[in-house]
Amino acid sequence: MTEAAKIETSGSASPLENPAAGAPIIEFRGIRKAFGKLVVLDDVDLVIRHGEVVVILGGSGTGKSVSLRQMNGLDQPDEGRVLIEGMDITDYSEDELLPIRKKVGMLFQGGALFDSMTVFENVAFALREHTDMTDEQIEARVVEVLGFVNLGAEVLPLLPSSLSGGMKKRVSLARTVALKPDILLYDEPTTGLDPVTSMTINRLIKDLNKRLGTTSVVVTHDITSALFIADRIAFLKSGRFVFIGTPDEANRSDVPELRAFLAAEETV
Amino acid sequence: MAIRSPFWKFPRTRASLRKVTIHLGGLGLMTGRLFREARRRWEFGEILRQMDALGVQSISITNLTALFTGMVLALQTAYALAQFGGKLFVGRVVVLSLCRELGPTLTALMVAARVGAGITAELGTMAVTEQVDALRALGASPIRKLVLPRVIAVVIMLPILTILADFLGIVGGLFIAVFEIKVGAGFYISTILQSLKYNDLMHGLCKTPFFGFEIALIGCYNGLNATGGADGVGRATTSSVVLSSITVLATDFFLTKLFIVLPLGIN
Repeated sequence: MTEAAKIETSGSASPLENPAAGAPIIEFRGIRKAFGKLVVLDDVDLVIRHGEVVVILGGSGTGKSVSLRQMNGLDQPDEGRVLIEGMDITDYSEDELLPIRKKVGMLFQGGALFDSMTVFENVAFALREHTDMTDEQIEARVVEVLGFVNLGAEVLPLLPSSLSGGMKKRVSLARTVALKPDILLYDEPTTGLDPVTSMTINRLIKDLNKRLGTTSVVVTHDITSALFIADRIAFLKSGRFVFIGTPDEANRSDVPELRAFLAAEETV
Repeated sequence: MAIRSPFWKFPRTRASLRKVTIHLGGLGLMTGRLFREARRRWEFGEILRQMDALGVQSISITNLTALFTGMVLALQTAYALAQFGGKLFVGRVVVLSLCRELGPTLTALMVAARVGAGITAELGTMAVTEQVDALRALGASPIRKLVLPRVIAVVIMLPILTILADFLGIVGGLFIAVFEIKVGAGFYISTILQSLKYNDLMHGLCKTPFFGFEIALIGCYNGLNATGGADGVGRATTSSVVLSSITVLATDFFLTKLFIVLPLGIN
């Protein structure tokens, strides 16, 4: 029995993909990734379709972030293929990955703002790097994307060190969407934030998905966030997706690992 | 029958050799990528900023080192030559020692300590806080944005720092010559002008771009490959200073030999 066949699903379609969504935009085919003797991803298959919000859920150290980093070539798998919009990027060099990375924006767990640059310089970075926009156009675009994340022009001259955790994540999100990427990858977007700021970030992810028409892949261990934003949830356990389905299907699932995860969250 | 490595019985030696090989391989690959990136657009604004941060702001430490080195050199030379009645040659010894060897080498060692450590700590912090990954994820090359400006800045600034250091060392020797050894300032300066030839000055200066390249490259490589948070950055910084200092001293020997052997006019 193949791994795909073992994955629980309520529908008749392949559990790896959501037929209701658009064309496949990200595909994992037999991905394996190990660090020394520790196998983090083991023969993983996944299809993410255009316009979906897919949440990769799982405990700490289960390979969620590792799987996310394969999607823009920050890491390469030991085995298997990664396809973005049908292009096999598995063996791409850093130079060949540049056009892919313009299409695939990534929000890092700690924000990863460049701490020697102001908020304006951070958000304008990709625009200066990849477009021929004038200074006025760049400034207008920076103010616009900061508006998407509910921040005003008053933060433009501030350095990241003077921002709160939530503001850093929002500025980082603005920087990520400035180039209008087709795919947005979120690595633990709500970790370390208070519940109100977490919900603000969750709403932003949903809002940006609708407003910009992007495909989003969110890595989290926050069940509340996952159930709120996901079109589909993929649950990672021991290097494999043991469940892929909608939030409703996740709530009804009898996959023991997912049940334990949901029960633990309810207990907390 | 499989051929076994002669080190298979010594796991620690084998591990060390593996580490050194990986390090050298990584430095080689980074050098290759650096030259490829150097053929593209240069970030002149960033290069100027790094020339200020890494070069101009190192002037005080390299000049102070050179000043005291010149003074000590004059004192020791006068003490040694006094036995042969050669105190008057102090200027000649000071200028040749400084310009050919001590000026470039001590300046490079001070820069290795200050700049090499600074580069590794800065890039190491960027690496462990995912800023380097963010740079890659935004479609920018860390080699072009971070490494190339630093390498160019240090390669340009180290010869300038060395010229200043040579001058300050000679001034330090002048103080001692005049106030301690009681050699006239005019005589000290005239012996220096008579002794110092173009090839002496260039012999020292031509080494400095090589030193600068090594210091910046090792600093950047260790920084970009730092892992494990603050502890990892600390270890990478220490390693940078040790490795670049040893590399400077070893390169100094081989370049000196090369300049003497090759007909470059700077023997």
